Amino acid sequence: MKQEIKSSVTRIVLIALCVIFVGVMLIVPLASVLVYSLREGWEVFSSTISDKYTIAALKLTLYAAVIAVAFNTIFGLFSSWAITKFRFKGKNFLTTLIDIPFAISPVIAGLIFILIFGRIGWAYDFFNNHSIKVVFAVPGIVLATIFVTFPFISRELIPLMHSQGSEEEEAAALMGAKGLTIYRRITLPHIKWGLLYGIILCTARALGEFGAVSVVSGKIRGKTNTLPLHVEQLFQEFHLTASFAAASILVLIAIIILILKNIVEYKGKKEENFRVR
Amino acid sequence: MDTILKNLKNFTAKRKVGVIPGFGLSIGITITLISFIVVIPLLSVLVAISGFTWKEFWDCITDKMVLHAYQVSFVCSFIAALINCVFGLILAWVLTRYKFPGRRLLDGLIELPFALPTAVAGIALTTIYADQGWIGSLFKPLGVKISYTLIGITIALIFIGIPFVVRSVQPVLEKLDSQYEEAAEMLGASRLRTFFKVIFPEILPALLTGFGLAFSRGLGEYGSVVFIAGNIPYKTQIAPLIIMGKLEQFSYAGATAIALVMIVFAFILLFAINFIQGRMNKAAKNS
Repeated sequence: MKQEIKSSVTRIVLIALCVIFVGVMLIVPLASVLVYSLREGWEVFSSTISDKYTIAALKLTLYAAVIAVAFNTIFGLFSSWAITKFRFKGKNFLTTLIDIPFAISPVIAGLIFILIFGRIGWAYDFFNNHSIKVVFAVPGIVLATIFVTFPFISRELIPLMHSQGSEEEEAAALMGAKGLTIYRRITLPHIKWGLLYGIILCTARALGEFGAVSVVSGKIRGKTNTLPLHVEQLFQEFHLTASFAAASILVLIAIIILILKNIVEYKGKKEENFRVR
Repeated sequence: MDTILKNLKNFTAKRKVGVIPGFGLSIGITITLISFIVVIPLLSVLVAISGFTWKEFWDCITDKMVLHAYQVSFVCSFIAALINCVFGLILAWVLTRYKFPGRRLLDGLIELPFALPTAVAGIALTTIYADQGWIGSLFKPLGVKISYTLIGITIALIFIGIPFVVRSVQPVLEKLDSQYEEAAEMLGASRLRTFFKVIFPEILPALLTGFGLAFSRGLGEYGSVVFIAGNIPYKTQIAPLIIMGKLEQFSYAGATAIALVMIVFAFILLFAINFIQGRMNKAAKNS
């Protein structure tokens, strides 16, 4: 009896601790963005988010994210196939290489592209001769975004496909199915929720990337400013309300992403073809 | 006979691997893309650094201001990762062991720091914890400043690191066989003792992985920290901010030297995490 009371007290205390922690650490910052953005009324809010620089920044952010996600999806599909369906030497090394962008600072991710394409970079002359601007321009932003989101999809697919084994694919291949047919009919249905999950996480990071993009962007308003950079600029110029208003667009996207992520996770678990976390 | 069987098995195993098509294409694309996106850009750091003499390099990375920034990054990330271990463990425990209204919502919110752009988190945290902010104003009468101090940096790093610990520990707790706990309890161990003697050793590797991931993210984190740090030299300057500062002054060589040191740190952490995870996978296979 005593033990039971004690355990229910622990239970309540622990749950309360969690609710307080999540409330203070996660919900308060989220709510603060929305509250601060509406502090000076609806007018200021709507004029900021319909501002041409905000719109341009949003467009560039979406553009970079779409390319990065498409690129990394292709990479994720091929690399997970190569790594989980075949045996070869150096596989562990290859997997570690994929993880590198997660491990290093986004600022360094930006720096490495400056070291290649910047004025001091070894590829500068070549691109300059063809009058292609990479850094402090849109291509650099796209490249930096691809780099920081590089592992997301393959990291989701590799453990998933590993745990599923490859008997079904082998059987299909022995019966004479072509590679694409095997992929479309067998592999893809098994991994679709994991793939979607990876795409969602990748999109979130691509939309929100700040450090790497901030190094290579040059921050020209209306041209090379992404939405997170625009938020920063407004904040540094003490346009606090405007900054929070622009940030509220990103908060909205984040909430949608979070909801989508949970739906995908739920569906995937239901169909039991999802990485057991 | 045995060896013949083994050989036969080996042979079929090898053949089996061979039946699935697409090795050449997929490995080709994989290696090409990794080379262009990861390997060549990273090697550029070495190319850029080769113009340095050893002494220049050494002076640059042991500059007093730089050393102080490493220290700030290291200490704040370490403390934040430790705090995350405590709360991450409690969160993972509550989410797997208890059923209560709002549990799913709580679970779904854990990844908020991954979904929310770091710059947005940065400006929000800075404003809340400033002297006039929602939380900062509560601490001001006590004489505690949070924004633009080390406490602020640590809070931002706790924010960014919490999902790593929860999501590392949670699956292990979910899969944990309850029979050992029950046995321990039947034998008369207290709940606390059961936790520390039976459960904790099982989740320790996952906890370490979470710690490593949160710590490594903290060392490199920029967006959520840059605003709340305030970039005061010898006080709240973190290593990524020094790189940024050098870049703004077009001191590429200096930035690269400091970046190289951080990359080495990051690699050491990455290998440590992979090592622990490898052992975890092995242990999972054996059990």
